[in-house]
Amino acid sequence: MQTRKSLRRKATVPQAQCVACGCCFNTCPKGAIEMIKGVYASVEEALCVGCGLCSGICPASIIKIAEVAV
Amino acid sequence: MKKHWYDYLWLFSAAYLILGFFNILFAWVGLLCFFIPLIIAITKGSKAYCNHYCGRGQLLALLGGRLGLSRKRDIPPFLRSKQFRYGFLAFFFTMFFLMLFTTWLVFAGQRSLSEAVTLLWTIKLPWHWAYNGTAVRPWVAQFAFGFYSVMLTSTILGLITMLLYKPRSWCVYCPMGTMTQLICQAKAKKAA
Repeated sequence: MQTRKSLRRKATVPQAQCVACGCCFNTCPKGAIEMIKGVYASVEEALCVGCGLCSGICPASIIKIAEVAV
Repeated sequence: MKKHWYDYLWLFSAAYLILGFFNILFAWVGLLCFFIPLIIAITKGSKAYCNHYCGRGQLLALLGGRLGLSRKRDIPPFLRSKQFRYGFLAFFFTMFFLMLFTTWLVFAGQRSLSEAVTLLWTIKLPWHWAYNGTAVRPWVAQFAFGFYSVMLTSTILGLITMLLYKPRSWCVYCPMGTMTQLICQAKAKKAA
């Protein structure tokens, strides 16, 4: 039987452009963002609800909210 | 969300700028904002300073965010490019070392104390009221004037980009942030 996949809004941080300032990490209401070794921010997809707060606050404006199949 | 003690460090940044207006020797305290992020990056390999303790970042977030003084537009891509960030870091450090050299000239008696704050590396502002002229040795005062100039200049740049773009746009090209990220990158590579 085929499993049905649904589309959910999730945030993604492009690692190479991230300045690791921590704005998204501090603003995330779900604690879904982790700072990795002071180099970039990483979104835990399972916790992300796609609210877009991180995307709005990101000073570099690099965080995108996109629909992904989960 | 629960507030921590470090969420009030913006008061430290605001007090720093105000106190330096009345007595320039307070500028020396600013070395903390220089050494603490570096020590954290070198020993822990993290940007915890940017992430939690940076008073300037908090001040910009407060003014631009809560007080609504920011247009909250996207920063132009060139300002977040690696070339600009590394270039600004190099420029900032060159100016910083020139400031240290001036301090050394005053220490060596080759130059007399200049009781002025230099804004944006060019505009000399009179600031003589902040120093009574005898409290400390001239080079100590010269460094204070120079360091306060660095701090005031970067605050003004931060405020301009706060107004134009996102509240914490300064964080994108902050030389301390770029430098600590480079240190963290090097440490992460070494560990891998």
